[in-house]
Amino acid sequence: MRKIAIYGKGGIGKSTTTQNTVAALAEMGKKVMVVGCDPKADSTRLLLGGLAQKTVLDTLREEGEDVALADIRRRGYGNTYCTESGGPEPGVGCAGRGIITSINLLEQLGAYGEAENLDYVFYDVLGDVVCGGFAMPIREGKAKEIYIVCSGEMMAMYAANNICKGIVKFAQAGGVRLGGLICNSRKVDNEREMIEELALRLGTQMIHFVPRDNDVQRAEINRKTVIEWNPAAAQADQYRQLARAIDANDKFVIPKPLMMDNLEGLLIDYGLAA
Amino acid sequence: MKPNPHTTKNELLKVYPAKTARKRADQIVVNEHRADGAVPEIRANVRTTPGAITQRGCTYAGCKGVVIGPTRDILSITHGPIGCGFYSWLTRRNQTRPEGPDDANYITYCLSTDMQDEQIVFGGEKKLRAAIEEAYAIFHPKAIAIFSTCPVGLIGDDVHSVARDMKEKLGINVFGFSCEGYKGVSQSAGHHIANNQLFKHVVGTNETPRPEKFKINMLGEYNIGGDAFVIEDLLERCGITLVSTFSGDSTYDAFANSHMADLNAVMCHRSINYVAEMMEKKFGIPWIKVNFVGAEGTAKSLRHIAQYFNDAELTGRVEKVICEEMTAVLETQFDVRSRCEGKTAMLFVGGSRAHHYQMLFAEMGMKTVAAGYEFAHRDDYEGRRVLPSVKVDADSRNIEELQVVADETRYLPRRGPEELVQLQTGGVEISGYQGMMPEMEEGTLVIDDIYHFEMERLLEIYKPDVFCAGVKEKYAVQKAGIPCKQLHSYDYGGPYAGFRGAINFYNEIDRMVNTKIWSFARAPWETEEELEQEALAS
Repeated sequence: MRKIAIYGKGGIGKSTTTQNTVAALAEMGKKVMVVGCDPKADSTRLLLGGLAQKTVLDTLREEGEDVALADIRRRGYGNTYCTESGGPEPGVGCAGRGIITSINLLEQLGAYGEAENLDYVFYDVLGDVVCGGFAMPIREGKAKEIYIVCSGEMMAMYAANNICKGIVKFAQAGGVRLGGLICNSRKVDNEREMIEELALRLGTQMIHFVPRDNDVQRAEINRKTVIEWNPAAAQADQYRQLARAIDANDKFVIPKPLMMDNLEGLLIDYGLAA
Repeated sequence: MKPNPHTTKNELLKVYPAKTARKRADQIVVNEHRADGAVPEIRANVRTTPGAITQRGCTYAGCKGVVIGPTRDILSITHGPIGCGFYSWLTRRNQTRPEGPDDANYITYCLSTDMQDEQIVFGGEKKLRAAIEEAYAIFHPKAIAIFSTCPVGLIGDDVHSVARDMKEKLGINVFGFSCEGYKGVSQSAGHHIANNQLFKHVVGTNETPRPEKFKINMLGEYNIGGDAFVIEDLLERCGITLVSTFSGDSTYDAFANSHMADLNAVMCHRSINYVAEMMEKKFGIPWIKVNFVGAEGTAKSLRHIAQYFNDAELTGRVEKVICEEMTAVLETQFDVRSRCEGKTAMLFVGGSRAHHYQMLFAEMGMKTVAAGYEFAHRDDYEGRRVLPSVKVDADSRNIEELQVVADETRYLPRRGPEELVQLQTGGVEISGYQGMMPEMEEGTLVIDDIYHFEMERLLEIYKPDVFCAGVKEKYAVQKAGIPCKQLHSYDYGGPYAGFRGAINFYNEIDRMVNTKIWSFARAPWETEEELEQEALAS
């Protein structure tokens, strides 16, 4: 079983990319579970066809100690398993602690056990690694592979670099490695080349360049992944390529985060070269 | 042979890494009296070096445990995991005496919101509201105080907005304290936070005039082992009215009405000077430092209060009371001196106690060879004269400093500037505290925030006849064959304040330092060399 965590700047398209990739993996016959680690609990909406999910933390709160796996896990597209960690409303409590509690509970309930015969677990984690709780999916025994979703926009690259710093910390203590950058295109100048170069400097690879396509939006409106909504769409093939690349990936590294001026230099070189 | 304090200091420092040794060198001082009356500078109120075993407690302990907890009719609710509440269930032997059988006394209770994982994740404000409502339904208290523990600060529960809402809803005073344990370097931060909130939310909220002539507040007297009862009795016999005590045997109404007093008498300078200063600024009530520990200190304090009120009748009564009490005091002093004269003591405790109890030892003919505070600041060691030069570091800035101005309608200077000067020249120091070091002999050791290792080495080097500290140190000290007197809880003894308390203390210490028990206590390996071999053979 491969455990994969998806990180990236807020709003970059982590959940969309994750669900489309998972749908493609499911199409390939893989058994996949998605664990949403965002208090908004919207990481599995496209696989489930809506926000019908009761979160792990809500269930724990209402049912007390007596929680079964079936209470917190739903079947989604292609027989994927979907769970949402959930968390407090904005501005209250500690979402980070919520993720820790929720992942521990999933472990205790055997969600990752041999009997489940899973090929993949995907953790879809909110935004930046702001505190210990959001690093939970990459700590010892949890996700071993990380993919960072980014684009050619400066703040996305900056966030990617920051996340790499977190990975370095946990790579030394645990065993987590970076599998690559997924470029979710925003159509900025020289985007592909710039992310390829960023990946190179970080010591990793750009595992796939996902072009911008309005079909993603159309599918989302229909509460579906592109793969489910229109299997023949060109964008569906893009996600299939990404899924295959992840499935075949064997390049796992401890990244070498860039110094700030180095990162800015990269932006100037590629952004102004156009 | 008398140990050399300088050699001892080097002995204590030599095991430390360079950086720690540099810091400790400023916190371990050999006392001297300079020509201008100054004493050497000591570093205090700074972070304890990680790894050292410290005597200190946390900010929550200082706020809830020390300052607010001993008030019998304020219902204290700890917002946090159950352990914080349980282990701070009043264990300091603060006593209180409700006036009638129907009067509230919550001191024996321990109320907590029992915060669990769910409240950490989703926030604990709802549970706090429920706890306040439940507590109100059961007890109908006059006031409820909410104390924040560490996780409350981390997850950002707003205890103050909950307090405001509940105050409005229940129609009683409800106020919160942001006294998370990790704030500040010791419990001292908690004292300051407690002072601030008491001043903001309680002091001056009850305008009932007090008709009495000689009205004072007693600040920083926590009524351990019944100390306050002794002092209350003395004041009553002298005809001095105690409007309020902050905070042993204290009540909510008395706090609220305390601005009616004409003088604040400060016992524990460290924990309560903030309230004294703020009341001076807002209401014009001067404060003097008093010390009711030790017979001489008690007599002097009573006389200073009498001088302040400048009334012949009062002065006469005070002298009469002192006279009545002193005969028995001197008798016991004479008796214990025959056995205690020349014996030595060390005191490492509190933020004022290590100073006050030296007076009692001196009255018995005993010498204090080393002393220090757990959580005091430089002014408690060197006197308030150093206040302008005390460095305000980031840790202190973390604690709110209230900006207090004279009250528009209620500010009334109780004494004019000339009267204050007159008092000052008459020996009554206004708003002043000389600190501990000027009253300690030259060549004594003064150690701030003593580390456990240093304590053990001091015991070996000095072999004092008695060591005064708290329960965390007590049994380590006694294992070294030296009796330990707890000055937080008084063990099971007390009262030690006033004249009657002084007699108790003389007798108690006489027993402790003259018992033969320690010479009979021998570890097995001291008498049986073969023990290990025997054990191995069998």
